[in-house]
Amino acid sequence: MTLSPPDSEAGSKVSEAAVSLKGFSFQYQAHPAVRDLSLEVQNGIIHGLIGPDGAGKTTVMRSICTLLDVAEGSVSVFGLEVNKHRTEIRSRLGYMPQRFSLYQDLTVEENLRFFARLFGIPEQEYARRRETLYSFSRLGPFQNRRAKALSGGMKQKLALSCALVHAPELLVLDEPTFGVDPVSRMEFWDILHDLKKQGSTILVSTAYMDEAEKCDHVTLLHKGRILLDGDPARILKNWTTNIYSLGSDAPRELARFLASQPEVLSSQFFGADLHITAKEEIGATKFRSWQAQCPSLRKWEKIPAGMEDIFLELMENDQDR
Amino acid sequence: MNLKRVNGIALKEYNHIIRDPRTLLILMPILQLTIFGYAMRFEIRHVKLAVRDYSHSPASQDLIRKFGATEYFTVQVLNSYSVTPQMLFNTRQAHAVLTIPPSFAAEKGTDRSLQLLIDASDANAAQLVLTYCQEIIASEYGPDLRRVLDVRPKLLYNPDLKSAYFFVPGLIATILVMICALLTSISIAREKELGTLEQLLVSPVTVSDILAGKIAPYVVLALVDAFLILGIGMLLFRVPFLGSFAAFLFYTLIYVVAALCLGLMVSTIAKTQQVAMMMALGMTLLPTLMLSGFIFPIRSMPWILQQVTYIVPARYFLLIIRGIMIKGNTTLELWHSGAALAAISCVALLVAARRFKLKLQ
Repeated sequence: MTLSPPDSEAGSKVSEAAVSLKGFSFQYQAHPAVRDLSLEVQNGIIHGLIGPDGAGKTTVMRSICTLLDVAEGSVSVFGLEVNKHRTEIRSRLGYMPQRFSLYQDLTVEENLRFFARLFGIPEQEYARRRETLYSFSRLGPFQNRRAKALSGGMKQKLALSCALVHAPELLVLDEPTFGVDPVSRMEFWDILHDLKKQGSTILVSTAYMDEAEKCDHVTLLHKGRILLDGDPARILKNWTTNIYSLGSDAPRELARFLASQPEVLSSQFFGADLHITAKEEIGATKFRSWQAQCPSLRKWEKIPAGMEDIFLELMENDQDR
Repeated sequence: MNLKRVNGIALKEYNHIIRDPRTLLILMPILQLTIFGYAMRFEIRHVKLAVRDYSHSPASQDLIRKFGATEYFTVQVLNSYSVTPQMLFNTRQAHAVLTIPPSFAAEKGTDRSLQLLIDASDANAAQLVLTYCQEIIASEYGPDLRRVLDVRPKLLYNPDLKSAYFFVPGLIATILVMICALLTSISIAREKELGTLEQLLVSPVTVSDILAGKIAPYVVLALVDAFLILGIGMLLFRVPFLGSFAAFLFYTLIYVVAALCLGLMVSTIAKTQQVAMMMALGMTLLPTLMLSGFIFPIRSMPWILQQVTYIVPARYFLLIIRGIMIKGNTTLELWHSGAALAAISCVALLVAARRFKLKLQ
């Protein structure tokens, strides 16, 4: 037995997107969270929603989980309108909210059992699924431990297990690795890739740019709008802007100096270093002339663009608009 | 409504209940009952009664013995006639002073009046002392003097004015409201506050599943507690139970449902446990104590407050439970009050079901 939905479902609907948002806007009170957003999540892939806090990731996910009233635009899941087919959509997807939303005073097993009952899983079927879930999450030895006594990583794996207990066709995970240690984060992503191999469609949001490269498709969100949408490997390969990493003893002074240089499109601090972007290649002569004017500049190096560089550059351009 | 889901929610709730230290609240009635029962008596015992006997006759001795024979009075016969009642009151040596004139021993039919002075600085106590004295003196004088008694209906059923008769039913009404309204509203508000509701909602669950699953464990808890208080009241304080247990169970169930519906209504408004607790206390516990006739008689309230009492469920439940326990009323005789409770439940449930959202606001 696998955790994926039956093959017939996945097979017949391959061409149709699991999730489709068209011109979706949403606001909390008078504060707009998402503006005129159109997005498709294809079946059988890991689709990442990437963006900083307040970008609108949670709003998009909640609308897909039928938790919001969609007034502007349309949101459909499995080809069904969220406003009209709430119960059916809810029973076919698995959702893991951003906050740990399981019962802290219940044990691992009791939490799982509760969600199995909610989704009407027969007892024998549940017993089988539980073993599968324990085998990938390795929560078996902790099944009688209360949820509040679990570590951050284990809590997230339990939440994922609860979201998977009814073998959903679509998994919606809102920042599942937030606040989790790097080892557990890696392990969590390995689990997601295993699930994908078994045929699940996964929509996952994150504020960690390095996780974007683990997705098959990413949508970069900022202030409720899409900055970029596509395959992360292709995005990185096709990114034409040149990026240089500069070392300096006085990075702030250097940043001020570079702001006045026409060649430099943008500059960002990356730890102790400064990353600058430029449309044209910047040669060694240019760097030396900068060094003459700003002696704190120690070294320079051309580096390949990372998702974070791309995001920051796009974000900066977005703010200029 | 899906019974499997309701069952799942109810079992989960059961686990919360047995693991939450706040559940110990349900043991409070035992404490309250003991405190009320032994410390906060409305009746007065061992009133210091000073007697000035100018008669010195067998008849006067007999009357004094009668006072001394009850547990209400501690009689002290004064030997010195120079002590005035004012002195005794001021030094708190006596709460009441009875003066028996020399004419007391005369033949029946002549003027045999007695003087009774009571320290009325505590008006309620004075009223009670007066009642006790009248009872004893009337028994001496015979039935023709009973007309001076202030006959109140409660005397018919509670001749000793035992306060346990009042507070055991009142306490059952109060505790049931507390458990039902307070604990249910907190239990839903907790799911909102901790974010677990968001996870719960993304499932095929319906409003009625959630409401029924939340209510069921508390109905059981409340009924167990009701019988617990009743049992203690009957065993420890000898409260009578003249009616039938079936009638008691039937009406208690209706009352419990009304209180639960109020709790659900609160929970659809409150977003945090703190707010839910304050609202539930404000909406249920205080009106139950103040506006139900438990402590203060409804008839002596201002007109406006009397109207308010019509929406307090405990008002009806107290009529029912006092009727069943003390007067032995039957199920049929109490249907008005039962219908009123059912009406309150319906309104509260409608409001709760309409306001309860399967979405996030």
